[in-house]
Amino acid sequence: MKILVCISKTPDTTAKIAFADGGKKFEEAGVQWIINPYDEWYSLVRAIELKEKDPATIIHLVTVGGADAEPIIRKALALGGDEAIRINTDSSDSFYIAAQIAAVAATEKYDIIFTGKETIDYNGASIGGMIAALVDAPYISLATSFLIEGSTATITREIEGGEEVVTVNTPVVVSCQKGVAEQRIPNMRGIMAARTKPLKVLEPAAEEHLTSIESFELPAPKAGVKLVSPDNIDELVRLLHEEAKAI
Amino acid sequence: MVLVYIDHQDNQIKKSTLEAVTYGVALAKQLGTEAHGLVLGNVNDDLAALGAYELKNVYQINDVALAHFDAQVFVKTIAAAATKVGATTLVFSHNQTGKAVCAGVSALLKAGLVTGAIELPKTDAGFVVKKTVFSGKAFANVSIQTAIKIISLSPNSFHTTTGAAATASITPLDIPVSAGHVKVSAVNKTSGEISLTEADIVVSGGRGLKGPENWGILLDLAKELGAATACSRPVGDAHWRPHHEHVGQTGVQVAPNLYIAIGISGAIQHLAGVNRSKTIVVINKDPEAPFFKAADYGIVGDAFEVLPKLTDAIKKMKASA
Ligand SMILES: Cc1cc2nc3c(=O)[nH]c(=O)nc-3n(C[C@H](O)[C@H](O)[C@H](O)COP(=O)(O)OP(=O)(O)OC[C@H]3O[C@@H](n4cnc5c(N)ncnc54)[C@H](O)[C@@H]3O)c2cc1C
Ligand SMILES: Nc1ncnc2c1ncn2[C@@H]1O[C@H](COP(=O)(O)O)[C@@H](O)[C@H]1O
Repeated sequence: MKILVCISKTPDTTAKIAFADGGKKFEEAGVQWIINPYDEWYSLVRAIELKEKDPATIIHLVTVGGADAEPIIRKALALGGDEAIRINTDSSDSFYIAAQIAAVAATEKYDIIFTGKETIDYNGASIGGMIAALVDAPYISLATSFLIEGSTATITREIEGGEEVVTVNTPVVVSCQKGVAEQRIPNMRGIMAARTKPLKVLEPAAEEHLTSIESFELPAPKAGVKLVSPDNIDELVRLLHEEAKAI
Repeated sequence: MVLVYIDHQDNQIKKSTLEAVTYGVALAKQLGTEAHGLVLGNVNDDLAALGAYELKNVYQINDVALAHFDAQVFVKTIAAAATKVGATTLVFSHNQTGKAVCAGVSALLKAGLVTGAIELPKTDAGFVVKKTVFSGKAFANVSIQTAIKIISLSPNSFHTTTGAAATASITPLDIPVSAGHVKVSAVNKTSGEISLTEADIVVSGGRGLKGPENWGILLDLAKELGAATACSRPVGDAHWRPHHEHVGQTGVQVAPNLYIAIGISGAIQHLAGVNRSKTIVVINKDPEAPFFKAADYGIVGDAFEVLPKLTDAIKKMKASA
């Protein structure tokens, strides 16, 4: 079994969100970069668990990003995986990124392609669905559990107000979220081993950009909290009803 | 033409779809064109009644292969339909189904996509859509450069409005539908529960409630308000509540009219999932809890005392209204 895990680089969850160049650019000064949590905690860890059960499993990691994405893909490789691919280009356009990954998938023929449910910076939730359409494979989004027996995967996915369990034969593209795996931390051995694991750098395929980010904005600051005494709950209800018109 | 994807579940049109319809109709007016709907499979709701939202016409594709959801099949069918009817803009709701299909349609049509849109696009020069980024901590204005454009609308960001009573025509559309590869073997609906992403009011509890046995007072309040229930991540991790209730950066992102946070400290990762709520009420015994900085209304107090009183006060208000 051959698995591809898509890895993206995002600002740390506590990073201060600010913009430079009059709102044109994300302010990167002082920002710590991490592996997108959905990619690390759920898709990558699940792939590693599958390899532990079946050591013949091959795991490739892929990231579409410039040289500054290198530490992130190295860290992912330290967690697990056999080799990594970095496609050397920077873009905020989902289609362009997905097309790069689909081009790799077209030659490597993966049984499973895992993505995270979304990146925590641009919140696209799109790359998985695009890859699936481009390689013409079934797409299971928002997975909360992933089991595989031979070539048949049994996947639980989130639907509105519940979950459904589906079965599908590989190849399949799956976007992962909480539930797919338990979180784990890399051990030192993994970090040492990662130094010798291959990291291939590929130049991007000629693909189109369909969108571009014009500018960023921060939300207007909140006016400040109105505190109500716990002995005067009727007043809170009145405010919610008359002022906020929320109930 | 603006084509709005009419999403349904259990044969009923979803509330988030009606928002997408309202948005699509407004966008069509802005662009000087017509809005039509597209429905795959059977719906018990009266599709013609979508005319009340000023939708002219609904295209319907019926095929046994559409009885169960299979993203691959739906994507191909929607893309073929959009091409056949000559849609120039497609509108989806950014709900679970929208997330499963809109990206695939975008890739097949090579049509630029913006997900999680919160406003009508600016179309005076180009086509620029505002969306949330950084998990609700900021917005981006994204320009779509292709001839066909796809927008998926963030739930609860555009209010449904109906115009004068009118009926939409229903046009069967003949599109060959390929057989799917995905079999649905079970559906576990948390029955009777209000869907978290669609809810108008969300009542959410954190570690401050001390244990699952104490959730009764929160559920009572939620019931009185007709609210969906949610929780912080440690609460989901400890299995005090089902994990699909966990909101935040790594959980569900919600944007209700009212979010009531009880015994939640307001960590930045939690706020990332709830900061687009219109009104936020925080109940916490610690006046220094960071959540108060993001709140509109707050009560510094013990949840175990405040919650029953709040439920009673709402009952009283409703009785006198
Ligand atoms: C990468 C990353 C991602 C994360 N993603 C998420 C996420 O998506 N969602 C999320 O929620 N968290 C997330 N977290 C965790 C987050 O940082 C916090 O740890 C978590 O939100 C805290 O949960 P809590 O507020 O329920 O608990 P606590 O921080 O323990 O807060 C409990 C609160 O209850 C109050 N309290 C105690 N007793 C009472 C009482 N009797 N009455 C009233 N108030 C009382 C206390 O004053 C306190 O403020 C993430 C963390 C990381 C590192
Ligand atoms: N630049 C990238 N390189 C590799 N994978 C990516 C990249 N961007 C996004 N992904 C994958 O696609 C998922 C969804 O991202 P998005 O659609 O951008 O929200 C992420 O969780 C990653 O698994």
